[in-house]
Amino acid sequence: MSLRADLQIIEKWIKPASHVLDLGCGNGELLHYLQEAKQVHGYGLEIDPDNINACIAKGVNVIDKNLDHGLDNFEDRSFDTVVMTQALQAVHYPDRALEGMLRIGREAILTFPNFGHWRCRMYLGIKGRMPVSEFMPYTWYNTPNIHFCTFKDFENLCHERSVKILDRLVVDQTHRSSKLSAMWPNLLGEVAIYRVTR
Amino acid sequence: MSPFPADSVGLVTPQRQTFTEPLQLACGRSLSQYELVYETYGQLNASRSNAVLICHALSGHHHAAGYHSEDDRKPGWWDACIGPGKAIDTNRFFVVSLNNLGGCHGSTGPSSIDPDTGKSYGANFPMIVVEDWVNSQARLADHLGIDCWAAIVGGSLGGMQALQWAIAYPERLRYCVAVATASKLSAQNIAFNEVARQAIISDPDFRDGDYAAFGVVPKHGLGLARMVGHITYLSDDAMGQKFGRDLRAGELKYDLKSVEFQVESYLRYQGQEFSQRFDANTYLLMTKALDYYDPARVHDGNLAKTLEPVQARFLVVSFSTDWRFPPSRSRELANALISARKHVSYVEVDAAQGHDAFLLPIPRYIQALSSFMNRIEVQA
Repeated sequence: MSLRADLQIIEKWIKPASHVLDLGCGNGELLHYLQEAKQVHGYGLEIDPDNINACIAKGVNVIDKNLDHGLDNFEDRSFDTVVMTQALQAVHYPDRALEGMLRIGREAILTFPNFGHWRCRMYLGIKGRMPVSEFMPYTWYNTPNIHFCTFKDFENLCHERSVKILDRLVVDQTHRSSKLSAMWPNLLGEVAIYRVTR
Repeated sequence: MSPFPADSVGLVTPQRQTFTEPLQLACGRSLSQYELVYETYGQLNASRSNAVLICHALSGHHHAAGYHSEDDRKPGWWDACIGPGKAIDTNRFFVVSLNNLGGCHGSTGPSSIDPDTGKSYGANFPMIVVEDWVNSQARLADHLGIDCWAAIVGGSLGGMQALQWAIAYPERLRYCVAVATASKLSAQNIAFNEVARQAIISDPDFRDGDYAAFGVVPKHGLGLARMVGHITYLSDDAMGQKFGRDLRAGELKYDLKSVEFQVESYLRYQGQEFSQRFDANTYLLMTKALDYYDPARVHDGNLAKTLEPVQARFLVVSFSTDWRFPPSRSRELANALISARKHVSYVEVDAAQGHDAFLLPIPRYIQALSSFMNRIEVQA
């Protein structure tokens, strides 16, 4: 089974037979892999009808739910790990999403694009335009990504809210990490993968 | 050449089974013997692993798919979903659909003859609840040699039966589909049912339920009950789109006698038509069964705890404009299943048709149901 590159990294942080919630689970690829390879019991949250159907067709438990409507329906500490890949920047209240994830899960794993990457900085700094790339192909008026942040911004939020960062991996678009991006993550890293807890 | 569409199960014949072992009922009484009428579509496989039970709603019955004769204008009530290549694919599944006990379409009910008296049961027919239906369905499964259903599927009151199966006989079903349903009715729901019941009971022809003995039928009351019910099955939008404020005569009459608005005419027709084909005592019984159902009651309202024995994988579906069983009620069920760490998928379908949507071929709904049913492993 060939898993999307960022999911290959995340997968290693999830314990076998654990209880996992995947916020914005897409077509259910991660959960499907986890339940096949690691006997994980999980649920995905998703709003896109085609993705929801893809999950059902795979045998992945999927709940039709908009993340912006909150996570109140989940009990405190009811999951081992709560995952959110490439969705933090698309929710109305990223801070509430993070708080919610750490209320219902013992650990949270998040991935999001780094708006502090040099290419973004150059786009904005030299062109004076909001960055558009293959990786972030939307223009400012139609983008679902409404809360871009940099790695530094995210880590500040974690610090303010007493969230402990257990792991951080900075990778490029193809989810490879390099020595350079490890040295200057906020400038050279394109995608961050964080494992956090309270 | 077959006169029926290619994706129809075609001509079907209802079957009948008599059960002579007394059935103990929740109300404390028992039925010494009873009959269930049912239909089957598709073939039961050698390992008996492909059987699907369809549970009907308030006014439903055993005739879920296909046609009873070549002259039938309409197929069974859920023909949209049951047939070769359809969501509940009769090329793969052996589908069983019965008329519930207490019904008025052939299974033992208030209008049947009581063997003890030789007259119809009428008001003396015992109260039947969802739990009793499921117990009687389990006996039908025994008769058919089905130890474990591949799936049990139901909408509305039928969804309650599917849920009850998963709680009461967890080892006897692998998949469970609960559409436009809830684990218990709300006060508003019970209130609507009570208005419907009072409409029937206050009809002078009701005669305390023994109308058959007097050779009359409380048609007016039953029609009114159906009118109230029908309003709650449609959404405001659906009614607005269908009728608006359209007038039958094109102008106002300023009197109380005329049927002026199209919506009035429609409701009256629905009521009249229903009162000719449905039994009033059955209607009372079905609405009470709806009101009584609340499996979490014995667990102080803790639904997650109630669901602990469940083994089946669930698909829960709701419709955005359904105000009889709104999405919030389906979410309660899905959330409780998640709390109990059971397998569940929940789909909230945007649909303008209100509660009636569960009977209609709405693409997203059918797609989800098909995908879910396709996951079911069926051996040879």
